[in-house]
Amino acid sequence: MREIYLDNNATTKVDERVFEEMRPYFCELYGNPSSMHFFGGQVQKKVDEARARVASLLGALPDEIVFTACGTESDNAAIRSALEVFPEKRHIITSRVEHPAVLTQCRNLSKRGYRVTELNVDGNGQLDLSELERLVDEDTAIVSLMYANNETGVIFPIEEAAKIVKKKGALFHTDAVQAVGKIPLNMAESAIDMLSLSGHKLHAPKGVGVLYVRRGTPFRPMLVGGHQERGRRAGTENTASIIAMGKACQLAEQYMADEAGRVREMRDRLERELTALIPNTRINGGGTERLPNTLSIAMEFVEGEGILLLLSEKGICASSGSACTSGSLEPSHVLRAMGVPFTCAHGSIRFSLSRFTTDDDIDAVIEALPPIISRLRAMSPFGREFLNK
Amino acid sequence: MWDYTDKVKEHFLNPRNVGEITDADAVGEVGSLACGDALKLFIKLDENKERIVDAKFQTFGCGSAIASSSALTEMVKGKTLDEALEITNQQIADFLGGLPEEKMHCSVMGQEALEVAIAKYRGVEAPAHGHGHDHVESEGELVCKCFGLTDVFLKKVIASNKLTTAEQVTHFTKAGGACGGCIPKIKELIAEVLGEEKKAAVEKPAKLTNLRKMQLIQETLENEVRPQLWADGGDLELIDIDGSNVQVAFRKACAGCASSGYTARFVEQKLRELVSPDITVQEVQG
Ligand code: FES
Repeated sequence: MREIYLDNNATTKVDERVFEEMRPYFCELYGNPSSMHFFGGQVQKKVDEARARVASLLGALPDEIVFTACGTESDNAAIRSALEVFPEKRHIITSRVEHPAVLTQCRNLSKRGYRVTELNVDGNGQLDLSELERLVDEDTAIVSLMYANNETGVIFPIEEAAKIVKKKGALFHTDAVQAVGKIPLNMAESAIDMLSLSGHKLHAPKGVGVLYVRRGTPFRPMLVGGHQERGRRAGTENTASIIAMGKACQLAEQYMADEAGRVREMRDRLERELTALIPNTRINGGGTERLPNTLSIAMEFVEGEGILLLLSEKGICASSGSACTSGSLEPSHVLRAMGVPFTCAHGSIRFSLSRFTTDDDIDAVIEALPPIISRLRAMSPFGREFLNK
Repeated sequence: MWDYTDKVKEHFLNPRNVGEITDADAVGEVGSLACGDALKLFIKLDENKERIVDAKFQTFGCGSAIASSSALTEMVKGKTLDEALEITNQQIADFLGGLPEEKMHCSVMGQEALEVAIAKYRGVEAPAHGHGHDHVESEGELVCKCFGLTDVFLKKVIASNKLTTAEQVTHFTKAGGACGGCIPKIKELIAEVLGEEKKAAVEKPAKLTNLRKMQLIQETLENEVRPQLWADGGDLELIDIDGSNVQVAFRKACAGCASSGYTARFVEQKLRELVSPDITVQEVQG
């Protein structure tokens, strides 16, 4: 069975070129970049090159790039740093639809005496900037808002948000894990102070991330020890993965146009065909700006896990916004925050494409999904009641 | 991805008895769209209204909800209503070769639907789960507002599946799986059920055979006593049982501890409480 992988917001395939680039740094060029000898030095050079490549993708300076272990670490480090930098400030602002890497941390901090405000989103999953403007104050240490949502692909107006926040003297962080490589970013002309990204979302391996820290932004490291990463993150560098990250960013820069063009067209076709073929559907976040690769489609009266299992029988890998797959029992917090009705939220499926997605993949889904939905609806006590009307 | 057994997969991919019985004798409906799963069960009886000759279902829910419903309809066929009522959620899970613990609520839902159907057929009050749209006033106090579950229902599931943590209760019933506001109350219910079981255990030991007594002593030491000693860095070992005389040796922090005499009394008290009032505990070096 051919596998049709449409779950790229969960993780991506490592690009062969990325893998080739990192391969020598395990068994041959295994030196420690901190060593004084030539053997470590050559690795150091390659790490520097990777740093420059990441910086180039972000429109940043190489010394603004801090390599971490993952997006989660980057998110955690940014927020924790801000709280240490401003010990007198006790307020954090985030949104209700953040990734758990931010949300869980903020909720834990609220138990430790911090005031945490979670901004609401509207039915399209979009922020209300006037609410942010009203709520950010002198006590706010940091505002952390995601660039693009992992479930719906909805893109927040991050630059505007950052400007509002900077005026009040707070730090601004964005979790850009889903956005980097898919839409252009330019830190040189941005008000963002800190930005997180993750390797495995852009065809580098799992286990490497980046925190961008703007020059001049006060920063306190979470990991202390050696002087790696200019004192901002101690610990011997994960050199092979860092090198892979550099290559992945270089490729992402080349492929950005592909995302904006070919990938978006495939996504749009999938969306058009599915909504035409399956009655009672809606597109989550469909009314606002979204990532070119993400489609979150809600189908009434069916439950997501059943859909995923039947898709998986056809070799199709997607993800659900329903809870049953994750072990928690509510529909995803993102769909809930958007006020997606329960009749739809349980039956939401996310397809996320990549540069490796082909037209055949899209055809396969268009062929497989409609009969799966009819089958499950025929089995469902609600599907019948409502559809026969 | 869940680790489903082949049997679960088979019943999910080829569910038996999907659909409705238009002239059903009994219909039971539990769950709701909001809960994320729901089951409507139809039952047809033979002419004498004795045995179940047919059963069909409609399910809105995940893979294991569909498989559990399919299993249930297979299991009830040929049974009398009383026999069908004996089916436990564990048996539904067993029929499928087991369900992941997080999915046990699917099997509970099957059992509930069956109870509701039969109660309605018999014209008695539907059992109290509260979970669902279909039945009138359910007895008991509402504990989990998100999923509409009552204390009576939760206590029943806790007792029959021997649940000991709030997390397990969530897996079996969904209670606590949304806002979590009911978790403290769920913990109280667990404590209550455990307390009642212990009381029952204390009332029981009228006449223990020697073998049963020895087993009980060992179980009590393992489950009640040692975990408490571990918590303080200590431990004990059972050396011998002679009638009602239990010999133990203390280990780790308890060995040579000045208050080991006190600890021995604690062990004795536990064993008297849970096994038999005539037990004496003796500390030995072993
Ligand atoms: S009241 Fe039980 S989960 Fe909300």
